[in-house]
Amino acid sequence: MNLQNIFSEIENKDPEILERLNTRRNAMRDFAKFSGKVAIASLPFALGSMFKKAYGSPTAPTDIIIDTLNFALTLEFLESNFYIKAVASGVIPAGQATSDLTTIRDHENAHVAFLTSAISAAGGTPVTYTAASFDFTAKGTFPTVFSDYGLLLAVAQTFEDTGVRAYKGQAGNLITNNDYLTAALQIHSVEARHAAHLRAMRAANGSLIPAGVTVKPWITLNQSGIDSPAVQPSYDGEEATSQANVNIIGIGGNSYIDDKAASEAFDEPLTKDQVTAIVTPFFA
Amino acid sequence: MSKNELGDNLILSAKRNVSRRRFLGYAGATSALIITAASCKKDQAGSTSGNTVDLGSGDTGVLNYAYALEQLEAAFYIQVITSPYSGISALEMSYLSDVRDHEVAHREFFKAALAGSAIQGLTPDFSSIDFTSRTSVLGTAKAFEDLGVTAYNGAGKLLVSADYLLIAGKIVSVEARHAATIRDLISPGTFADMTALDANGLDTANTPSTVLATAGKYIKETISASKLPTS
Repeated sequence: MNLQNIFSEIENKDPEILERLNTRRNAMRDFAKFSGKVAIASLPFALGSMFKKAYGSPTAPTDIIIDTLNFALTLEFLESNFYIKAVASGVIPAGQATSDLTTIRDHENAHVAFLTSAISAAGGTPVTYTAASFDFTAKGTFPTVFSDYGLLLAVAQTFEDTGVRAYKGQAGNLITNNDYLTAALQIHSVEARHAAHLRAMRAANGSLIPAGVTVKPWITLNQSGIDSPAVQPSYDGEEATSQANVNIIGIGGNSYIDDKAASEAFDEPLTKDQVTAIVTPFFA
Repeated sequence: MSKNELGDNLILSAKRNVSRRRFLGYAGATSALIITAASCKKDQAGSTSGNTVDLGSGDTGVLNYAYALEQLEAAFYIQVITSPYSGISALEMSYLSDVRDHEVAHREFFKAALAGSAIQGLTPDFSSIDFTSRTSVLGTAKAFEDLGVTAYNGAGKLLVSADYLLIAGKIVSVEARHAATIRDLISPGTFADMTALDANGLDTANTPSTVLATAGKYIKETISASKLPTS
């Protein structure tokens, strides 16, 4: 993030910002004073408070960051509690499968601890949930989630693919803070690793895969690869084959890049509202 | 995602800072996209001098950095599929073909999006790779995919434009899917082991200089990242 560029961009679009901030000299001096006092990691918060002064906004960037991190933490609690119950269910085959789901469980637990600590460090109040907060049958949609291994994997895949899309959709909200943006990206790619692995486990297991569909580690078109319409909202929109107005099919004269490959090559985001609608049934 | 959705997403992220009325000025500028617009007007394009390829500056430089890495990955997988290692399984061939398709799509996307600001096509140096050996090919693939993940994770904060950040996010998760898959081919269950993650369960984020120190070994030209933003 280049602060000078941001200042000049805003000045360009909103010439009054300098008056809002008193004078540029004062604003920059104030900012320099802030900068001198606070640790580098907190600089974006100083910037946030400047915007708050200028616009009197009740939702300054710091609040957006806390809200966004708490949204992420909520999803991590969901995943963490899911895998804790999954690993304890006794339905996962011993050996590699149990080892893999335990690995994923431990990552989600670590994400919960990390985000909780990060939110506190940022001056926010981290959300908290317990096992009793969740209903992994999704109000009866998946009644055998912890007794049917194939269904357990399908729900796990959906959580991971949804998590990837959720983090992606929130990145823009963290763009004013390098540290939290980077941390979110570092979690985002781990969720994608989990998703890829679970998809490969499902492909090998074969359960609940619709006829004629091949489940791969990446998402083909808007195919969930799961024989349940309930999970479809987690995949709608993944069929995009155009990025920033560039058509990916056959791009550069490479005819082997068909619609499937074009959709697989780019994962798509979900908005907070879309994610909330998807996960709400899993909250008791 | 449609152009409007892209703009809406940006509005969503920014309208809490800036009133919507004022923000419309930005939205108009950015929804026109692509990579030559908006925050990049001070950016320098990629350029070549002798054997040195300069990535340029600003968001353009960061995107050229991604373009350089995607060129390297695409060239590698094209070679893998052109001359598969001995004993390659049907599943491995299927996965590696898909990965080739994705990396070529990424490469060509950046080339198209950067247009006149793009760096030149790079010349790969794969002399250290034994393409007949499964161990050599998958080991290199793992290194490239993990490196790509750390590169995009480290580059996110260098971008000014939320549009480009989203594009980078769309690609990095696919690279992470590749990394996990290649790792599992080498050794089942290593999709996200502690050689990739830290104790907080976080993937790595690397600076361009760290990434290019490794990637540069496979590129004949010298890549200069000296004008890239550092924060």
